[in-house]
Amino acid sequence: MNEQQQTLWQFMQQQAGKLQEQTLQHIGLTFISLCIAVLVGLPLGILIVRKKQLSGIVLGIAGVLQTIPSIALLGFMIPLLGIGPKPAIVALLLYALLPIIRNTYTGILGVDAAVKEAAVAMGMSKWQILFKVELPLAMPVIFAGIRTATVINVGVATLASLIAAGGLGEFIFGGISLNNTNMILAGAIPSALLAVIFDLLLSMVQKVSFKKLKRVVYAFPVLLIVLCLFYIIPAKSEGKLTAGFTPEFMGRQDGDLGLRSKYGLKIHTIVISDAVMYKAAFEKHLDVISGYSTDGRLKAYDLVVLDDDKHIFPPYYAAPIVRDDVLKKFPDLEPTLNLLSGKINDSVMTVLNYRTDYLHQSPERVAKDFLVANKLWRPERGGNDGIVRIGSKIFGEQYILANMYSMLIKGYTDHEVSTKTGLGGTKICFDALTNNQIDFYPEYTGTGLLAILQASPEIINEVTVNKDSTYNYVQRQFESKYQIKWLKPIGFNNAYALMMRQQQARKLGIKTISNLKQFLDKK
Amino acid sequence: MIKVDKVSKYFGGVKAVDGVSFEVEEQENLILLGTSGCGKTTTLKMINRLIEPTQGCIYIHGKNIMEQQPEILRRGIGYVLQNNGLFPHYTVAQNIAVVPNLLKWDKQKTEKRTAELMEKLHLDASYLNIYPNELSGGQQQRIGLARALVSDPPVLLMDEPFGALDNVTRSKIHAEFKALDELKRKTIIMVTHDVQEAFELGDRICLMDKGKIVQSGTPAQLLFNPVNDFVKDFLKHQRLQLEFKAIKLIDLWELLPELNKEAKASSFDAGTNLWEALESFKFNNGETINISKDQNQVKTVSFEQLMTAFYQYKNHQAHE
Repeated sequence: MNEQQQTLWQFMQQQAGKLQEQTLQHIGLTFISLCIAVLVGLPLGILIVRKKQLSGIVLGIAGVLQTIPSIALLGFMIPLLGIGPKPAIVALLLYALLPIIRNTYTGILGVDAAVKEAAVAMGMSKWQILFKVELPLAMPVIFAGIRTATVINVGVATLASLIAAGGLGEFIFGGISLNNTNMILAGAIPSALLAVIFDLLLSMVQKVSFKKLKRVVYAFPVLLIVLCLFYIIPAKSEGKLTAGFTPEFMGRQDGDLGLRSKYGLKIHTIVISDAVMYKAAFEKHLDVISGYSTDGRLKAYDLVVLDDDKHIFPPYYAAPIVRDDVLKKFPDLEPTLNLLSGKINDSVMTVLNYRTDYLHQSPERVAKDFLVANKLWRPERGGNDGIVRIGSKIFGEQYILANMYSMLIKGYTDHEVSTKTGLGGTKICFDALTNNQIDFYPEYTGTGLLAILQASPEIINEVTVNKDSTYNYVQRQFESKYQIKWLKPIGFNNAYALMMRQQQARKLGIKTISNLKQFLDKK
Repeated sequence: MIKVDKVSKYFGGVKAVDGVSFEVEEQENLILLGTSGCGKTTTLKMINRLIEPTQGCIYIHGKNIMEQQPEILRRGIGYVLQNNGLFPHYTVAQNIAVVPNLLKWDKQKTEKRTAELMEKLHLDASYLNIYPNELSGGQQQRIGLARALVSDPPVLLMDEPFGALDNVTRSKIHAEFKALDELKRKTIIMVTHDVQEAFELGDRICLMDKGKIVQSGTPAQLLFNPVNDFVKDFLKHQRLQLEFKAIKLIDLWELLPELNKEAKASSFDAGTNLWEALESFKFNNGETINISKDQNQVKTVSFEQLMTAFYQYKNHQAHE
């Protein structure tokens, strides 16, 4: 335990610069959007007090915005506003609106009727009543709304890293992808602390007495603006090209680190979620992205993979990994799962992915079509000899594979199947497997080597020379370390790859990563 | 001074106030009396346009109030609410200064006037810098009164001003209210459901029911010449006390025996009501009080003599 804390501390010290930058970005994002939300929400709240017939519509719309899942809302923003801080701020602003509008509304309505009547009876005008009586008396409630909005924003702002707006989410999502607990905590602890600290500060403001209210009312906007300035909007690219890498790619030896050390590649980089990365490349917000070589969107968005001429990306051959005790319990499982072995190569997998990711066909249909075409499909036996639990990570390819395995098990054995698809990342999937929450899931040799086994650089160099040596190494290690067996590889190699728009790559004459470096160095 | 002419107010289909007319003389104290929901508060609030009438006109100083800008109209009318309506975020001084600030008085004038009122209302000057919630109910109500009086408006509207106070505090404030010279110069319309209060403070009373005025007149007129059973029933409770409050010493003047002035007795003006005079007796043997009329005529009477005169007066009223 002590050692664990030590290493977290070390990690944070080592990454102090990055941590500080992300924290400042996080605070900035939170408060820029909060500022705008106050500027929009307060007048709207006042408006609907005056015109009550509008209150239903306004509160309704703000309420619906609140229910949109944050990642989806960020997704909606991309076609409109591109990537980076703009869509992130707008999305955060939309989340912050409801508490501010609602609390302004209820706060003003909640002012004692006798006090309001006295104000009218003494001959105050509408605006005098608003500024001298209603707003000051509603202030504690309005501050409570701002407080809620702040805490929501600190939380949602972690997702801003997924659309290249920075913030502590970079560590959190990078850490989840990389199975790096220290990295997750280095992002999660500061963001939790921020939430707690801001909540505490605002609760103090909320409880301030009328005597000091005036001072607070003047000091608060100043403080907000100062906090906004923390967000130094990431400098626009100085070179010609902008790269968008996933948080996972950023932290990996076979990712950005390798690109820097082996190729010496220096490119303006922003961190972005793979959910929006391809589209951003297609729409020319990004020029170079870190994708997967079998991704369907490669085909959909007319992207081309740059040749990895110095071999920094290790092979990522997919194969189901199963706990040994499961294989013992269901002896017919191994041959059934191996039915798929060698059946899907890179181009087949890209087409299958294209059908789900771009044509939006259901993974189930794509899986069944494939099995039928390859004469592997059999009708369900409807047996009830125990349940096999299949896991999958949260992207299309894994959904398709999980569906294929589910159909095969139902067709070839008497077992029932339950699927737990969409497990957030390698760490979550692997933990679910070792903790007996699922029985198997499709994993990639490279991921096993780097993210799970966290092999040393020497070993990586040694075993990544070809796909078989990698496979053999992870198979041996998993068996001895975790009692988990790698079954036969399915066939395709879903390795990391750098990709560009086909048209741009052709125009610039870039075919390999070395070409890219040369092009960048010229500038 | 104030003329309310066939004023009605409908809320949807409900006639809250239905064709009410009355006039209030300069410096008169008119009470709108009735049970809750009778329309008395609605009537009051139409006079400073907190509520706009559906029909009818209201004139103050002969001017139709509907032709004036409401904010300007209200700044010239004092208003006291039941729950005082003090601004909780303003200090006592700031609360009192609201109307002067709207009228753009200079600071010194406001401060001087505030100090004057604080003294008249027996409020300590140290209260000026504290907040209303640090004061007792009675003190808050006095501040509310000070706020209404600060700009010395000729008209004062009071909506159940003492309704939220306990009995002891209320009778204390009643006494102060009657003694306050500021108020003697004002035309006051006060709403209350408390018959005793109406009899104690009102020069005239409008008894309302279901949005209409049932009877209006002096307390004695209502008591001894009720127009119908409703009025009679309304005044049935604690009737003897009401009679004592309705009858003034001047009413009994002719019935009291001529007696020379006797020293060392408490003195009352003939305008005082009988209740107050009777309450002053301490029931010592042969105790008397002096009643003075027009500053030169004085009669010295005992408790028994006052009571005898009272019975004679009542008999007389009954046979009229």
